[in-house]
Amino acid sequence: METNIAKQEFTITVYTENQVGLLNRIAIIFSRRKLNIDSLNTSPSEVDSIHRFNIVITETEDVIRKVARQLEKQVEVLKVYFNTNEDIIWQELALYKVPTDIIAEKVSVERLLRQYGARAVVIRSDYTVFETTGHREETDALVEVLREYGLIEFVRSARIAIIKASDGFHTKINEFENQQPGEQVFENEYLNNGQKVFTM
Amino acid sequence: MQTLDIKEQPINQVKATLSQNISGSEILLKGLIEEGVETIFGYPGGAIMPIYDALYDYTDKLKHILVRHEQGATHAAQGYARSSGKVGVVFATSGPGATNLITGIADAQIDSTPMVCITGQVFAHLLGTDAFQETDVINITTPITKWNYQVTDAAEIPEVLAKAFYIARTGRPGPVVIDITKNAQIQKVDFEGYIKCDHIRSYRPKPIIRTSYVEQAAALINAAKKPFILFGQGILLGNAEQEFKAFVEKSGIPAAWTILGAGAIPTTHPLNVGMLGMHGNNGPNVLTNECDVLIAIGMRFDDRVTGRLDKYAKQAKVIHLDIDPAEIDKNVKATVPVWGDCKETLPLLTQLVDEKKHDDWLAKFRALNQIEIDELITAELHPQTGELTMGEVIHQLNLLTNGDAIIVTDVGQHQMVACRYAKFNNTRSNITSGGLGTMGFALPAAIGAKFGAQDKTVVAVIGDGGFQMTIQELGTIMQSGINVKIIILNNQFLGMVRQWQELFNDRRYSFVDITSPDFVAVAKGYYIEGQKVSEREKLVDALKAMLNHKGSYLLEVMVTKENNVFPMVPQGCSVSEIRLK
Repeated sequence: METNIAKQEFTITVYTENQVGLLNRIAIIFSRRKLNIDSLNTSPSEVDSIHRFNIVITETEDVIRKVARQLEKQVEVLKVYFNTNEDIIWQELALYKVPTDIIAEKVSVERLLRQYGARAVVIRSDYTVFETTGHREETDALVEVLREYGLIEFVRSARIAIIKASDGFHTKINEFENQQPGEQVFENEYLNNGQKVFTM
Repeated sequence: MQTLDIKEQPINQVKATLSQNISGSEILLKGLIEEGVETIFGYPGGAIMPIYDALYDYTDKLKHILVRHEQGATHAAQGYARSSGKVGVVFATSGPGATNLITGIADAQIDSTPMVCITGQVFAHLLGTDAFQETDVINITTPITKWNYQVTDAAEIPEVLAKAFYIARTGRPGPVVIDITKNAQIQKVDFEGYIKCDHIRSYRPKPIIRTSYVEQAAALINAAKKPFILFGQGILLGNAEQEFKAFVEKSGIPAAWTILGAGAIPTTHPLNVGMLGMHGNNGPNVLTNECDVLIAIGMRFDDRVTGRLDKYAKQAKVIHLDIDPAEIDKNVKATVPVWGDCKETLPLLTQLVDEKKHDDWLAKFRALNQIEIDELITAELHPQTGELTMGEVIHQLNLLTNGDAIIVTDVGQHQMVACRYAKFNNTRSNITSGGLGTMGFALPAAIGAKFGAQDKTVVAVIGDGGFQMTIQELGTIMQSGINVKIIILNNQFLGMVRQWQELFNDRRYSFVDITSPDFVAVAKGYYIEGQKVSEREKLVDALKAMLNHKGSYLLEVMVTKENNVFPMVPQGCSVSEIRLK
């Protein structure tokens, strides 16, 4: 119980069907409880047609467990996992735009970039875009340094995370499909083809 | 919302050339018939006109009840679902038609009522353009639906409708909204028959039963000296009344109910020890904090049931049977969670529990309830002098109906009085807005309840405040010719708020003094018979006149103005701190 009281960073992994409106259905489970989402990423998963949300939130384990159950209750959600930082491998991607003239002149900047593992994505006469991937502290640290050299733009992606102990969703999805074999497995071919049936 | 779109431009109708093609609207109606739908509560309007046009040819198979406000349609569908166990169906148009459904959908969501609402929507090409009567119904209803979906192509309709009914009625039931754009209603597509949905990959209506948990639960129960059962609507929703009765009778454990669980076993059953919660009975509330094993079945530990959570049954081991895993540990930590449909888990548990009697423990409930009877119930049900009380009206009604009527209540003092004192011999007899506490629920819900159980006497018990919230549904009664008995318990106050103001706000009666029209005259205006009584000696005859009348009847009973509902667990107090006065 004691460990449940302290707030800490959790990464929630949500496996879902690909469905219009589901992002909203997931997001309001947090906003209804006035829980702030630190970061949210949606992407394909290891299983074809199954989407994977990564949601980062700082809360007590008790709250996270309840939220996870509310998430899993949604019709189009297949499975929800929540993990502490020890349980996962995670990365965030950051992009930095800086004036090329300053970068070109100052050798120390180049050294800094090497030190932070940055790569140049675009080099133009007027600006250069660098990228780094890593944990937040790492990407943040480079921002602080580049501010001194005329940082024009900075953006960081949501966290994406791999669960260390997970065997992936391939076997799980079979369980779901075989759970209640009906006369036909209802696959919602129309529901999954939103763009084809709807044009503005 | 009968406003016609003038500049409608049907799109993509060119492909409608094959001979077997029918419109999306017709597919929808065929689907409803396949799902066993007989009654629809609705209100037409511009964006749902194609469906209503198709309905014109289906009135022999689908009975449509025209309500007077879309909120009434949702409550009627809820009443229908609750009395019949079937899915309630609602039709409404886009924009204001759909937004008027919100209260009923929210009510159905929190009270787990199976309902499918079909809303019309503007043409797909107009979505997001602020078109006439366009509202983002899907996003508005997302937090208050079990599932919702916007249909923009007629070809989607059969699958989506099948999915909607499957989701609404299975697992923990709930409301579903299907929003259908007008082009999809008009569009003709090949229809090859309707296939019911029986599986959705991502949806687990019932969690898998873990027999090890059932065994642990049985072990706890068998070792218990003072076990106590709390039961809720889950028993009704799972059609598990017989399984529940078998469990209670074999284990000999005293059982108390939440208001939505009322009637799961008869009120007069010897092991039924009364109602839980804020205005529940003395015994079950006090002894919640004395029992050693608490067995919660199909209930969700609402704050009105638990009172102060950190002083709630802390001494007890908790066994929680629920179909919804999200309810386990939500409010009260379970020692043993028994996931699953109680229709399946209860027999497993019954098999493993010892046949027992808990006479001494049961006697404690009886003794505490006797104090309540002596100190307040007798005076409430059998007053000799003074004005009429709400309790005596319900008591006299019980004597006349023998506990076989369906009682539909609104929200407030009369609701608590009716739920406390009404006798229920049968399941699905107590229909009320429990979780959301929606004033205005009872009148339309009673209409729906009668359509869902036509052989039953349906009595709506409503306060003078709530009645005025959906008073227009008298028009629905008039037009449909349905037979609903209406009792207005008129205390000339918004009584429950007044009670709280008296008890907690130093009698500062802030806007609870409500005046009423001549209800009997209003009913007469709708060609509904009625009368008003305020004298004790006339009450029984008036009730008899109401029950014996062939059609609907409105009985307004003037009751004492400043009566309080007791017992009461004041907010922020523990259930064992229940006050009898």
